[in-house]
Amino acid sequence: MGAKVYRALPGFRLSLGFALMYMSLLVLIPLAGCVIKASSMTWDDFWITVTDEHAVAAYKLSFSVALIAGLINAVFGLLAAWVLVRYDFPGRKLLDGLVDLPLALPTAVAGLTFRTLFISDGWYGKYLGFLEPEGSVGHWFGPHGWFGRNVATLDVRAHDGPFAIVLVLVFVGIPFVIRSLQPVLAEFEAELEEAAAILGASRWQTFRHVILPALLPAWLTGFALAYARGLGEYGSVIFVASNIPGETQIPPLIIVKQLQQFKYEQAAAIAIVLLFFSLLTLLFINLLERWSRRYDPAR
Amino acid sequence: MFRSILTAGVLTILGSVVGCSPKTSEHELLNVSYDPTRELYAAINPAFVKDQASKGKQVSVNTVHGGSGAQAGSVINGQKADVVTLALGGDIDAIARTGIINPDWQKRLESNSSPYTSTIVFVVRDGNPKNIRDWDDLVRDDVKVITPDPKTSGGARWNFLAAWGYVTLHKKKGDNEATEFVTRLYQNVLKLDTGARGSTDTFIKGKQGDVFLSWENEAFLVKKLSKEKLQIVYPSVSILAEPPVAVVDRVVDEKKTRALAEAYLQFLYTDAAQEIIAAHGYRPINAEIRKKHAKAEADIPLFTLKDVVGSWDQANERFFADRAIFDQIYRKKGS
Repeated sequence: MGAKVYRALPGFRLSLGFALMYMSLLVLIPLAGCVIKASSMTWDDFWITVTDEHAVAAYKLSFSVALIAGLINAVFGLLAAWVLVRYDFPGRKLLDGLVDLPLALPTAVAGLTFRTLFISDGWYGKYLGFLEPEGSVGHWFGPHGWFGRNVATLDVRAHDGPFAIVLVLVFVGIPFVIRSLQPVLAEFEAELEEAAAILGASRWQTFRHVILPALLPAWLTGFALAYARGLGEYGSVIFVASNIPGETQIPPLIIVKQLQQFKYEQAAAIAIVLLFFSLLTLLFINLLERWSRRYDPAR
Repeated sequence: MFRSILTAGVLTILGSVVGCSPKTSEHELLNVSYDPTRELYAAINPAFVKDQASKGKQVSVNTVHGGSGAQAGSVINGQKADVVTLALGGDIDAIARTGIINPDWQKRLESNSSPYTSTIVFVVRDGNPKNIRDWDDLVRDDVKVITPDPKTSGGARWNFLAAWGYVTLHKKKGDNEATEFVTRLYQNVLKLDTGARGSTDTFIKGKQGDVFLSWENEAFLVKKLSKEKLQIVYPSVSILAEPPVAVVDRVVDEKKTRALAEAYLQFLYTDAAQEIIAAHGYRPINAEIRKKHAKAEADIPLFTLKDVVGSWDQANERFFADRAIFDQIYRKKGS
């Protein structure tokens, strides 16, 4: 039949070529360079470097704090996006503008600010003494407390521990969730909610069966972005964390340390492991997202 | 639209290529230095420019600062530094291994190519509330220490070596005792910042820790800048830290700046520069100028890197390499 597909914008080949070149120059080639650098070491060296006790502790730390921060952001990001889209109140535009601030602010500044706020005599820190290991709540999570003995010992100090890292990661990650959800919420037709209400759905049922399925893909995307941001974050974390190897040292810091010793291969090796796990988790989130779109007719 | 994007892209690429082409001038020097020397070279550079002007030459000097190891790394990776003025000889050795600097660099200037020296001292809070007098106090259970990470900071390597030397040279104990001593010391460390300036900030602005192990020159600066009153404590013995300088041979030959670069480093040894050095809390190598500025309390016995471990290669291999003694400290803690 030879029906020609008309596109609104001309020049598909040119733009595809440009997109491919751009991606290759800026993303693929640097990544390949990383792999090539690491491949110049022997397998044994590679294995020793990436399975080092401190490196493994750092991966665990990074993936868990990024996950927790991502989850916190998912919850509060949804709330914030909802408020910003659904309600009109004085200062809404201003609040909306503030959302992007964590993206523009150099993260080292964020780290310094958080540290100043949360140290023991800082504005927040002076009221958070109960989170210290000797404080009422901190003790509960410590090795002698109920939670510490029966579940796991947790360091919940609001400064320089893992919890402090979660706090800055929440800060740097929140715009991703809000900005992913806002357009979807804005497009969401109020008629659907009205219809649900007329058909006798409770508020919770409307949310669970009408709103949530529509939001889920964007929500997951926002979560994935915030989570990925948390994995790669360096500037703010090294300011708030105590950077003790095996405890509060993040993988990017190990990379910096390797570079400092002029061990470029080892640095590349750690980077590759990080990349591998990041790809794996992002793939998983993408699959989840696809699953969440299973009823979407526009898929 | 795509044409305009493409044009924009091409222009960006062209722009960055053009922008990258090095501006070479025989009258411009780039000094790549480490973190705490900001104020020092901010004072020395104008003095050198003035000195050259009096000889009828118009020159300019730029200095960039950063962690010593990172700076060495950037020179290895092609930064066009005419001279390097770093925190430790090991970093210049690393550059020399790539052939960018001639292997004999340390013999080319007086006193192992270090126009100034420094040492490691303790900074404590006003009135010295924890009564910290000497290295032994740092391993007490009730003392919290601030020092940067020796893996990322040149200054911190001197700190580590000073503590090690205190046990092996001053107390004349064996390596086992020294390992135990540094282990206890680093278990008292609250926070390992990546550089000397980071630790300064943690101690003053973050108000963390009872004692800050610091370069002597940085300690003077911290004391001057801090709103809170601080005190400097000289331990019974410490290490002679020799931050060396060198001309970057490959770069100066390419840029034809060798004469100027050599004149710049020579200038550091002149009386005028040595006075500036002393005024910034470094120890000038000129004995007379040193005597004029030195305080009696600062006159403590100092051992050298050579006394402690021999050379930087040996120091790195024994203490700071992966899974060497420093790494072991944090492994024992877990088990």
